[in-house]
Amino acid sequence: MTSARSTLQVEGLETYFFTKAGVVKAVDGVSFAVGRGEVMGLVGESGCGKSVTGFSIMGLVDPPGRIVGGQVLFNGENLLTASEEHMRALRGSRIAMIFQDPMMTLNPVLRIDTQMIETIRAHERIDHASARQRARDALGQVGIPSPDERLRAYPHQFSGGMRQRVAIAIALLNKPDLIIADEPTTALDVTIQGQILYEAQKLCRELGMALIWITHDLAVVAGLADKICVMYAGKIVEQGLVDDVLDHPVHPYTVGLIGSVPSHNPRGQPLAQIPGMTPSLLNLPPGCAFRTRCSRASGICEQEPRLSEPRSGHKVRCFHPCLEGHA
Amino acid sequence: MNTMLEARDLTKRFVKTLDLAGKIAQKLGAGVREEVVHAVNHVDFSIDPGEVVGLVGESGCGKSTVGRMVAGILPPTEGKILFKGTDVAGMDDADSKTAALQIQMIFQDPFASLNPRMRVQDIIGEAPTIHGIIKRAETAAYVEDIMLRVGLDPDYRRRYPHQFSGGQRQRIGIARALAVKPEFLVCDEAIAALDVSIQAQVLNLFIGLREDLNLTYLFISHDLGVVEHISDRVIIMYLGRIIEIAPTEELFKSPNHPYTKALLNEVPRLDARRRDFAPVAGEIPSPIDPPSGCHFHPRCPHATERCRNEVPVLKAVAPGRVSACHLNDTH
Repeated sequence: MTSARSTLQVEGLETYFFTKAGVVKAVDGVSFAVGRGEVMGLVGESGCGKSVTGFSIMGLVDPPGRIVGGQVLFNGENLLTASEEHMRALRGSRIAMIFQDPMMTLNPVLRIDTQMIETIRAHERIDHASARQRARDALGQVGIPSPDERLRAYPHQFSGGMRQRVAIAIALLNKPDLIIADEPTTALDVTIQGQILYEAQKLCRELGMALIWITHDLAVVAGLADKICVMYAGKIVEQGLVDDVLDHPVHPYTVGLIGSVPSHNPRGQPLAQIPGMTPSLLNLPPGCAFRTRCSRASGICEQEPRLSEPRSGHKVRCFHPCLEGHA
Repeated sequence: MNTMLEARDLTKRFVKTLDLAGKIAQKLGAGVREEVVHAVNHVDFSIDPGEVVGLVGESGCGKSTVGRMVAGILPPTEGKILFKGTDVAGMDDADSKTAALQIQMIFQDPFASLNPRMRVQDIIGEAPTIHGIIKRAETAAYVEDIMLRVGLDPDYRRRYPHQFSGGQRQRIGIARALAVKPEFLVCDEAIAALDVSIQAQVLNLFIGLREDLNLTYLFISHDLGVVEHISDRVIIMYLGRIIEIAPTEELFKSPNHPYTKALLNEVPRLDARRRDFAPVAGEIPSPIDPPSGCHFHPRCPHATERCRNEVPVLKAVAPGRVSACHLNDTH
């Protein structure tokens, strides 16, 4: 998982928010790697730090937030020590981000072609006509019909699903090595979500990009990702290949999450729910953050669990992993 | 057996009337017309006592409008709603008040549907006191009882909604609905705004309440996994029309309508790994200007000339199953 060929390698990333009420450890020692053409699903519930992880990689953490530790190696280069100027050159060109709400990417008062051509020419010396041609091709690539006409449209003239495609097309313009997608299909309908997942999968396979897909929906990453990281309260509690994590989950939180998925349960029967709710990250007590909701917790869980590797390539942060029932 | 609720030829149109400038332009022959949205288009269905019926569709298909008409929040443009065999519109005041109490609604957004300036005990206790279901002196005990039933700590009864998390607020909304002793609940995307682990908790609450209180649900959702889990029967809507009704197991085993098939195919599932997505083409058309004939024909892989011209009607395809597709006539 930590080969030298990884496009992105995150080591012990720590992003804290220093608020008046106290320190919020939104990302607390997160490590993972994504290689060329690989899709990693970053899964967790609201407030677990999955979006802040994405923003930290992009260098988009605003005060009172600050990256206080760790390394973000992008093609071997540590982004956390890079100059703001260099980061600006990388963002939108080598690394791109897609947001849940495409209107975060799009300017409502500019035509699509203006925005797309600007994105290309900000990073490359290229004449207007070829930039326009490339913008047109990118729109076609994400499945927008009649791209020549649609280039002249404003964002409000697109539907929600089409807007998200435009946002993806903009992310693709400069053929980035890494795309971070933060819940890009959460606001979309099922059939439109299917279309976007199809495009994302196709692009990853064809262009060999690395993709981080941030979501709360395990079922979405099951169909898309090669590997999964499950986050809880700022830490990765379990990571591994998609089949290992979903078929043989070892962390009690992952087991609970999978048990909470309705279609995984017999019809009409109560779901195997996780009691309680996600803790506030403000002044979180030391030890395993899940212990108050965990049926396997014991006294030792008040200490910090370390990352162990019960099976090759499958890591878990738990004192009492659910290892029964498999070799 | 009497049905709990029946919708007959239910229709809702939203008309955007012209302003003065528009009227003048129309007089001068500028071709400006009133915009009419056919949100719900001649819909028929019935729900038996104790049954959970799932209503599924994508945005703009009219599922929430159906829910609001059933709950009595929106008046239908045409057609009628029969509650226990009696037309709701034709009831006298006393009966219509009873019916309004017996049908309660639970909303999607637990942040917008609770009055932020009311304490939980008032949110839950106000309606039953005013409607004379309980005496004012009994309110505290009654509120406590209901809070326990939905899994809220009665010690929090003096708090305000902003002091609760999303899942707890949804429980307050459910408690408020249950306080007037309803028989029928309309749940409009009631768990869509919640986190996965909290969704499971609230879904379990719905399943438990159904057994304890013998409730009937109309469960509106875009999430097929949730609907499959909780419903006995499923209604599928597309652009204002019902296109298929079937018992849950049969629907998920062998969907009949091409749209239902496409929808089931798109649902992400835990056991479908790194699959090849084969999405249905095209977008959901606008209800202002729906396609002719079968609304699904521009996206349907099997569409024929007939689908473009003739509106398919719901026909029985098996006992207890109806579907609106011309393809069923050909074989």
